Amino acid sequence: MFWFTFKKESSSFKYAVLLALLSFLCFFNSAAQAESTAAFRGQTGVLRISGGTAHIPVMKEVSKIIMQAYPDIQISIAGGGSGAGIKQVGEGLVDIGNSGRKPTEHEIQKYGLVLHRWAFDGVGVIVHRDNRVQALTKGQLQDIFSGRLRNWQEVGGVDKEITVFTRDEASGTRNVFWKKALAKKVITNKALVVASNGAMKAGVSHNPYAIGYVSIGYLDKSVAAVVLDGVKPSLEAVQKGEYTVVRGLYSNTKGERDGLTKSFIDFLFSQSGREIIAKKGLIPAAR
Amino acid sequence: MTKIWGKRVFSSSLLDSRFLFLAATVVGVLLTLSIFAFMVMLGLPLFSVHSLTLLLTQAWAPDQGLYGVFPFICGTCAIVSLSLLIAFPLSLGNAILIHLLAPRRLARFLHQVVKMMTGVPTVIYGFVGIFFLVPLVREWFSRGSGMCILSAALLLALLISPTMILVFLESFSAIPATHLRALEALGGTRRQKLLHVILPGARTGIITGLLLALGRALGDTMIALMVAGNATAQPESLLDSVRTLTAHIALVMAADFDSIEFKTIFACGIILYLWTAVLTLSLRCLHFNYAKSSHDQSL
Repeated sequence: MFWFTFKKESSSFKYAVLLALLSFLCFFNSAAQAESTAAFRGQTGVLRISGGTAHIPVMKEVSKIIMQAYPDIQISIAGGGSGAGIKQVGEGLVDIGNSGRKPTEHEIQKYGLVLHRWAFDGVGVIVHRDNRVQALTKGQLQDIFSGRLRNWQEVGGVDKEITVFTRDEASGTRNVFWKKALAKKVITNKALVVASNGAMKAGVSHNPYAIGYVSIGYLDKSVAAVVLDGVKPSLEAVQKGEYTVVRGLYSNTKGERDGLTKSFIDFLFSQSGREIIAKKGLIPAAR
Repeated sequence: MTKIWGKRVFSSSLLDSRFLFLAATVVGVLLTLSIFAFMVMLGLPLFSVHSLTLLLTQAWAPDQGLYGVFPFICGTCAIVSLSLLIAFPLSLGNAILIHLLAPRRLARFLHQVVKMMTGVPTVIYGFVGIFFLVPLVREWFSRGSGMCILSAALLLALLISPTMILVFLESFSAIPATHLRALEALGGTRRQKLLHVILPGARTGIITGLLLALGRALGDTMIALMVAGNATAQPESLLDSVRTLTAHIALVMAADFDSIEFKTIFACGIILYLWTAVLTLSLRCLHFNYAKSSHDQSL
């Protein structure tokens, strides 16, 4: 019995210490971010975000900071792709619908969307780490994606069939890649179709003979970025204007919104927001 | 008085429960039918622009104005039939092993494992598929990407087997012990017991298990979406990547509501619905006729 009370006391003491530490950390954190997250003070409720998968790393980081500073605010982030983001915000299912392409005139009018472009993003071609082919011309790329070139040997690689990965028709990443890298040439119907940037990276990193494309923010050591027409896709190359497969990242709202939604979007354009965007491998855009 | 009272209560509660069950059945049936009506209604704009026959026979190439789902029907057919082909003999063998052949402790252990397997979410099979099975298939055949009909069918077989095994076992144990004892008394071997008593007696159960498995295989989305590759081309070999009807629905879901691409998901839904309905009904009819004729013969 004694043991139990003792145990209980000691654990509640531990909890108290932990709580104190946590609140101190929270305070410290909020003090550091106070300037940029001040707009969230006193706000409560749920903010729902969905859509483009290229946006997710930034969305996650920003919401983490906000939710740590203001525990009464809950932010949920879902993927689904650009098409889903536009549709869901238009239907009122979410507060912010992200898209990696500019919504069409038709979509803007139909849903009364307001667009907020807060970053530029490149779309880079990726292959497996072990692939000998690490540079291609746009012509070769178009031939590979149209299915005319079928073997890695034909572009200086091993004697193996090329596995082409692409995205579903509603993808913003596919949209910009098709327009600017493939010059609207056809994509073979033998291409494997995946539903997100993450799935694309997973697919290509586990198949030594695969080729695909992802948002530059997703590039890391698990895959090799292909040099396209002599330019390696990177943040700097996009910034300098050398790498041209570039698109804006949009967060769309249904009409002008206030409250949490407005504060969140304002944060993306603030100094701290821009730092996070740059840290995640994207280029912050002015409002 | 109390007796009458009690009797009245009893009969009225029976009546009540009868109504309750009737209502539940009617609601269930109506819901199923209204889902179908709903799909047809939403799909109508599509059928007025593109004739149903074209939709069912054309290829899928939205940029060329082709919105046919024929390759996806083929893909679904190939994956589902191959997975049943793999899973049925395995499941039957497994059920026989557990019921008849294995020592009791091993049988009990296997039974528990099978029960546990029914609860594994399909997304887990999909994951294991991507990281384990797909590379294996790619290296074994040194052709294609490994994301193909074969990989998906193998995983799907794994998914549907437990259901089949459990239904088979249930029907095996429903065979009257007197029949088995009669056979033993006549000096029948285990093999005779299996071939002449258990399997014929469990016919209904075996067909039910097959139907359930078929329904599960047809309806599963995650495995095909993750492992079959989702290519829109017409499959030509087991190593080709395909898109199933369910995976197509999942992939096109994100498209613009008003686009024709989006509306094809209703066509897919209707096809899947009718497919399951026709298969279930025809198998039931077949079985009914068979049962009737064998009954007539025995008379």
